[in-house]
Amino acid sequence: MTGSLTFSEISILFRRRRTWAMLATISLIPIALATAVDLSSSTIPPGEGPPFLDRVSQNGFFVSFTAMIVATPLFLPLTMSVVAGDTIAGEASIGILRYLLIAPVNRGRLLLVKFAGALAFALAATFTLLISGLIIGAILFPVGSVTLLSGDAISLPAAIFRLLIVAVYVTISLLGLSAVGLFISTLTVIPVGAMAATVVISTVMQILDNLPQVAVIHPYLLSHYWLGFSDLLRNPMSLGSFGSNVIVQLCYIAIFGALSYGRFTTKDILS
Amino acid sequence: MDHLSHPEYAIFTSGLSKRFGSRNAVDGIDLRVPRGSIFGFLGPNGSGKTTTIRMLLGLANISAGQVSLLGHSVPEQIEGVLPKVGALVEGPAAYPYLSGRDNLMRLDASDRSADPKSRDTRVDVALARVGLTQAQDKKVNAYSLGMKQRLGIANALLQPRELLILDEPTNGLDPQGTREVRNLVRQLASEGITIFISSHLLAEIEQICTHLAIMSQGKIVAQGTVEELSATEIFSLSLVTSDGALAIATLKALGIEATQDGKIISAAIPSDLMKPEELSKLLVEAGVGIQAFTLSAPTLEERFVQLTGEGFQVA
Ligand SMILES: Nc1ncnc2c1ncn2[C@@H]1O[C@H](COP(=O)(O)OP(=O)(O)OP(=O)(O)O)[C@@H](O)[C@H]1O
Ligand SMILES: [Mg+2]
Repeated sequence: MTGSLTFSEISILFRRRRTWAMLATISLIPIALATAVDLSSSTIPPGEGPPFLDRVSQNGFFVSFTAMIVATPLFLPLTMSVVAGDTIAGEASIGILRYLLIAPVNRGRLLLVKFAGALAFALAATFTLLISGLIIGAILFPVGSVTLLSGDAISLPAAIFRLLIVAVYVTISLLGLSAVGLFISTLTVIPVGAMAATVVISTVMQILDNLPQVAVIHPYLLSHYWLGFSDLLRNPMSLGSFGSNVIVQLCYIAIFGALSYGRFTTKDILS
Repeated sequence: MDHLSHPEYAIFTSGLSKRFGSRNAVDGIDLRVPRGSIFGFLGPNGSGKTTTIRMLLGLANISAGQVSLLGHSVPEQIEGVLPKVGALVEGPAAYPYLSGRDNLMRLDASDRSADPKSRDTRVDVALARVGLTQAQDKKVNAYSLGMKQRLGIANALLQPRELLILDEPTNGLDPQGTREVRNLVRQLASEGITIFISSHLLAEIEQICTHLAIMSQGKIVAQGTVEELSATEIFSLSLVTSDGALAIATLKALGIEATQDGKIISAAIPSDLMKPEELSKLLVEAGVGIQAFTLSAPTLEERFVQLTGEGFQVA
């Protein structure tokens, strides 16, 4: 059953020290951010540093949210690239890929299982960030009802619910990149190469997204809606960028999933 | 599809080839591995053994030719047949950060046809068969080469198999381990499993094989039962005499080139030329004083070297 292999895949992922090291580092991001805010004597003027940083000291709720903004462009894609780049190339490099395939595992099924593993990591990463932020925010700062970007105040549970949607949003943002990493991983037997190439792609996408000269391609870029989750903290909740992000990510998943399938199912396994 | 399946053979290939760039690593081989045999697949390094095995198992694409594995055509029906095939390909492989046991659990979980309920028991049995029960909970990165090799064999034995394909299974094993693998192979064969075992060392597998194929530079240069391959057309003559020159001249008259090393005369004699007793009689009649006379068939080892070495030379 695919169930058993998916379960085995996820359990292996979470038994690796590397996975825990990355999650531990991710959990440090909100801690570092909150501590820095707590220690700085002067109040931060609005507009300095990452968005919403000025709100953090007023309400601990904003630690998680700001940490999402800080981690989304760089650190989350970096760890996602490590996991996605390792999917096939990592198995090939230690030679176990040939034993999986003759077990036998259907090659298409193996890709699906690997993608499921990447999804599990994306969820773990964003939820680690969220939970660590909530905890450190509650420890260092007052928490209470949250004033949204639109000015309305909502209760803390309602705000935390919104934060869960933000985490889902960020998880989805990482899935297109996972598909890209999976494809690159089918091209090589050197996992570090696949990881690095995936990071490069995520970086190039973000650079292009900042160049007004190529504005016409912006809506198609993997990272275009990555930071659009601020819309979720408005009243009424605006789901426009959520929807656009889902569509972009699904397109990347479809295209790179198909490329991975085409490549991997016809490839000579010589490692 | 005009592909014929050959259920009477565990492995049947016709014209099987693998091209890497401009050269054929495997060049049109016709393997005939009967069910129930212990089939030795011999060849020096780089002769194409592993490449052939990769194609048999659907890991590498076939450049030309056809493969039937337990009556299933490869690659079309590979997934249906692989659960019945256990294999070790180009050495063992494992997740270094998992224990030996967890590696087997993982590989067994990959096989859809493997029953999850019996997984623990089957893993126990496989570990016991290769003597890894004690070391099963150690991480594989703490395993020695021989332990990894044993783990690889255990993986091949996770399910009841009809065919085992073992690529250099004794690589890295100590003499005792080598003997154990040989005994294991014999035992598995006695259970009716066909064993296809590759090696570059004839001595490793000669004693256990019923059939052999000898590869050289991507081609099969000899194939058949061990008896067939040992039956030889050329004997080697070793003659001890003090009448060296006379002996050489006499042999030359019979069309035989001989060489001399002190009192020892050596020559290659085609077996259909004459019987040993006729040859000794002729030499005696010619006046050669014979101190010792042996006409022997080359060992399988010598045949192997003859076949895979350059040209067809007799030692
Ligand atoms: N990925 C590859 N690309 C190009 N050539 C290759 C590749 N893999 C193998 N070859 C070539 O194919 C030939 C056969 O290699 P193979 O590994 O099948 O030999 P082998 O008989 O298993 O040797 P050994 O006893 O050393 O294991 C060699 O000449 C090798 O150089
Ligand atoms: Mg080999």
